[in-house]
Amino acid sequence: MSIADVIASVCLIAGCFLCLTAGLGLIRFPDVLNRMHAATKPQVLGVLLVMTGAVIRLAGQPIVWMLVLVGVFQLLTAPVSAHMVSRIAYRRRHVRRDLLLVDELGKPADPLPSRPHPEHPEGDPDVDEPADGPDATPRTTS
Amino acid sequence: MTARVTRLRQQVPLLVWLVLVWNMLWGTFSWANLLSGLLIAVVATTLLPLPSVPASGRFRPVAALRFLGRFLADLLVSSAEVSWLAIRPGQHRSAIITVQLRTDSDLLLTVIAEALSLVPGSLVLDLDREEQVLALHLVQVRDLAHVERQRANVLGMEDRVVRAFGSAEDIARLDRPDTDTPETQGTERLSQL
Repeated sequence: MSIADVIASVCLIAGCFLCLTAGLGLIRFPDVLNRMHAATKPQVLGVLLVMTGAVIRLAGQPIVWMLVLVGVFQLLTAPVSAHMVSRIAYRRRHVRRDLLLVDELGKPADPLPSRPHPEHPEGDPDVDEPADGPDATPRTTS
Repeated sequence: MTARVTRLRQQVPLLVWLVLVWNMLWGTFSWANLLSGLLIAVVATTLLPLPSVPASGRFRPVAALRFLGRFLADLLVSSAEVSWLAIRPGQHRSAIITVQLRTDSDLLLTVIAEALSLVPGSLVLDLDREEQVLALHLVQVRDLAHVERQRANVLGMEDRVVRAFGSAEDIARLDRPDTDTPETQGTERLSQL
């Protein structure tokens, strides 16, 4: 076993461990915004490490360039998708504000004027309840 | 005529990138891949045109290396931090802060926002493009001093990105002395409570 093999296996194991913690964070964190942190930082570094380990093991083969591309696109796309999800979660008020130490943004204004739904005047059944609306009770984490 | 030439000039980096991706997907760099990649890149950009982004800045290798090195180090630190938060028992406190940026360029703001979503423990919620105010979610804050350190980290990241990719005008904007901004007043107000 050469030194390159050792480095490759360390990269692979560390990458897998980081992806595991990213999955754990997705389940354990209290709200969407926190979960998106788990889906970006350990996840991206985990994939990068796995790709690095694979590149070291497969050096010289054409597939290596594709692995490099996987890493590049992971870096480019993971922040964008996490941002889109968290932005929508924030606007629909899926935020555990009781867990915030500082909140400089304040509550967002209602995204839409409250107009009666054409088919369901008493309220659109598909709309989520605001997580921190005026009469919302604090959710208990399961 | 000149408008078309300008548009073509702005398209060249995109074409080069697409040809590079095509060759990397094939795994080998050959004339056949180069020519077929060029053909596909031209067809794709003609059939699916994107609004062109004016590339105002320039590339500074030393500053870019500094940005990249610090970025990778930050990525390691913030990954470890979030992993630990996921494993350890108990709750942590988060924060939502707003940061007044000094950059006024679409491309640079995109790079800054992307980088900030990966490091340092922050996630971009919103960007007020006209006022250049960034809203961030911080995954873990211990106290108000920690919030201020994170705010300084965000501004440091902006500083490194602009010095690596920005134009001379963007860099001059960084060095302009800042008047106090609403967001610092916000935290002062909170600390007085």
